[in-house]
Amino acid sequence: MNRMWAIVERELRKFFRSPALMLVAMVFPLVQLIVLGNAFGGKIKDARLGVVDQDRGTQAVKVREALAAVQSNAHTFTPVPYDSDKQAMEDVRNGRLDGAIIIPPQYSRRVYEQNHPRIALVVDNTDNFMSSTLEQQLTSLVDALNQPDVDPSRILQQISLDTVELYPYIEYMKYLLPGSIVLAMFVSVMIGGGMLYIDDKARGVHEGYLVTPITKFELVAGLNLAGAIKAILAGIVITVLGALLSGLGSVFVPRNMLYILLLVVATSVAFNTMMFLMMVRVEDPLVPRATFGILNTLLFFPSGAIYPIKAFPAWLRFIAYIDPFTYAVHGFKAVLLKDAGFVAIRADLAYLLVSGAIMITIATALFKRTL
Amino acid sequence: MSWFASKSKPAAHCEAPVSGDAIVVDHITKKYGEFTAVDDVTFNVHQGEIFGLLGPNGAGKSTLIRMMTTLLPITSGRALINGFDVSKQPDAARQCMGVIPQAMTSDIDLTVEENLSIYAKLYGVPAEERQHNIDDLLKTVDLLKWRHAQTKTLSGGMRRRLEIARGLVHSPKIFFLDEPTTGLDPVSRVAVWEMLTEIKNRRALTILITTHYMDEADRLCDRVAIVDHGKLVALDSPIALKASVPGTNVIEAQFLNAPADWEEELKKIEDVTSVQPEAANMYRILSSNGSNTTTELVELAVRSKVEVKSLSVQNTTLDDVFVHYTGRQLRDEQVKAYSFVMPDRPGMRP
Repeated sequence: MNRMWAIVERELRKFFRSPALMLVAMVFPLVQLIVLGNAFGGKIKDARLGVVDQDRGTQAVKVREALAAVQSNAHTFTPVPYDSDKQAMEDVRNGRLDGAIIIPPQYSRRVYEQNHPRIALVVDNTDNFMSSTLEQQLTSLVDALNQPDVDPSRILQQISLDTVELYPYIEYMKYLLPGSIVLAMFVSVMIGGGMLYIDDKARGVHEGYLVTPITKFELVAGLNLAGAIKAILAGIVITVLGALLSGLGSVFVPRNMLYILLLVVATSVAFNTMMFLMMVRVEDPLVPRATFGILNTLLFFPSGAIYPIKAFPAWLRFIAYIDPFTYAVHGFKAVLLKDAGFVAIRADLAYLLVSGAIMITIATALFKRTL
Repeated sequence: MSWFASKSKPAAHCEAPVSGDAIVVDHITKKYGEFTAVDDVTFNVHQGEIFGLLGPNGAGKSTLIRMMTTLLPITSGRALINGFDVSKQPDAARQCMGVIPQAMTSDIDLTVEENLSIYAKLYGVPAEERQHNIDDLLKTVDLLKWRHAQTKTLSGGMRRRLEIARGLVHSPKIFFLDEPTTGLDPVSRVAVWEMLTEIKNRRALTILITTHYMDEADRLCDRVAIVDHGKLVALDSPIALKASVPGTNVIEAQFLNAPADWEEELKKIEDVTSVQPEAANMYRILSSNGSNTTTELVELAVRSKVEVKSLSVQNTTLDDVFVHYTGRQLRDEQVKAYSFVMPDRPGMRP
């Protein structure tokens, strides 16, 4: 086994001598975490909402007061008074407004008569996120306006649904962190395992190994162990940096640190063996570079890191179920976001380690001891 | 399962050398589908000699050396290294040989010493011997003061010396070098030759090199095998090979206003064994008495009122040997690489 450690020593000396490439590999998931976390994670603020009051009665004033209250508190939108409904709709079309609310003539009278009073909301539904936010906000507002001034509970028992949230509100950046950690390890494996392996082959470094008495298993195990150690380092660094950036304190709980370490090790083993299996018969240095984007899309996006697997079609769900990314992301989410115990991650650890063992066995069988 | 254990248990050192030849190549053939890269080649390399495989690019030299060094499976025939069959006892054979591939494969990010140390570990050199071996080799290849320098900071010649040291770090008995001086400047080439000769004498090594440089084979090798199109076409010492070519001198002469039958006239000169016309009224004349032929040639030119533009006389070289046995010069192969086909020289094959 000393020969295997010689391979590991060589790879790690190279890594620490010129870590720039690996650092760049870590920057990519961090940039993604910061940009996507901030881009998708926020709530709508200060949208411009046109208000066309064609009624000008007391109930319309009540609506305008409610809109002003939202502006002052949640800051979701800023009401902009309009005289003409046509102009307001035109401005929604051309983007000057994000939406418009139209209080029709006779609105107050209809409220008092309880004769189906209506308020119109005009939205630009090409922007799904904005339109659904405005719709949601104004539905709440209308519900509030519908509440009778006197508590009717003694007269009519209404059924209501109260939602209980198990965890405190999780910002999108925190939600994204498990995926970013896993992605950092994958990029590290792709560069430190896949690309360097093929580059070494092309440069003849492997020819140098093959003329020594090293066994097939020592060589495969040495290359994989070196790649796994590099991915473990990447995983630990990105976990600490990501936790600091997103303000996730649970990382620094000693019990969680142990679970994270277990997950980092299991994920690194699974990713390295998977990458080695994919590259074991490849000779052309362009292949890992060309497949990088495909693998990233094929393995990262179906993993549940950015969108729930349950929403996928059956074929994509199948990819998710065999994808080691899925189990890694699930494990990190359980520890980082839910503060869950070992029971929550043991199946993930088992899948990652067992799949790693299967893949290294197949890769060793496919590995050629000659040129 | 040969994954965990080798077919033969690898020792830290090459086992005691067997009596007889260091390398035995016995009817070895390598085929890729229908293409035969090496065709039924047989030769022996004696203990302690420097043996050269000479031939143009694509002749099969590298394929031959790769089969001998366990890098390529042999289609048929066998190769013995220090008595070990490379197909049946590959690890025992590997322990006995140092191999320097054509490309420089030392890791450029590691220091000179780290490169040697990694390879010493790969060969299983015991820790207590490792440092001594490395120090001794660094001194031998004159890289002692560069031991902590990163390999990427070394010149081409220094890197080649590092490769040589790397191949010897486990004290092999047989040293394979695939085109060791390709890409080096003339001064570095000579330095590598001198270093190899000294190392061979000091360590009682057997060396096999491949080369397409005639002067390298001539100066360095005790015996030379000429390989062409995967076949062994000649094998002997450089002196014996040169003696096998008719004529001991080569006269290269260029004429102006030579008549049409000038080649026939040249053949009539005393001691001339062959005349090969080349481009632009240039003739390559082989003679068993260079000085006499030169005198008569000049007299003939004066008599015939033919102007001699240039004239050179030299001893027979391995280049002439190659031409004699293969029918073309090594440089022709370089031209072929650019899709030009040079015309055959009639009568050149023995």
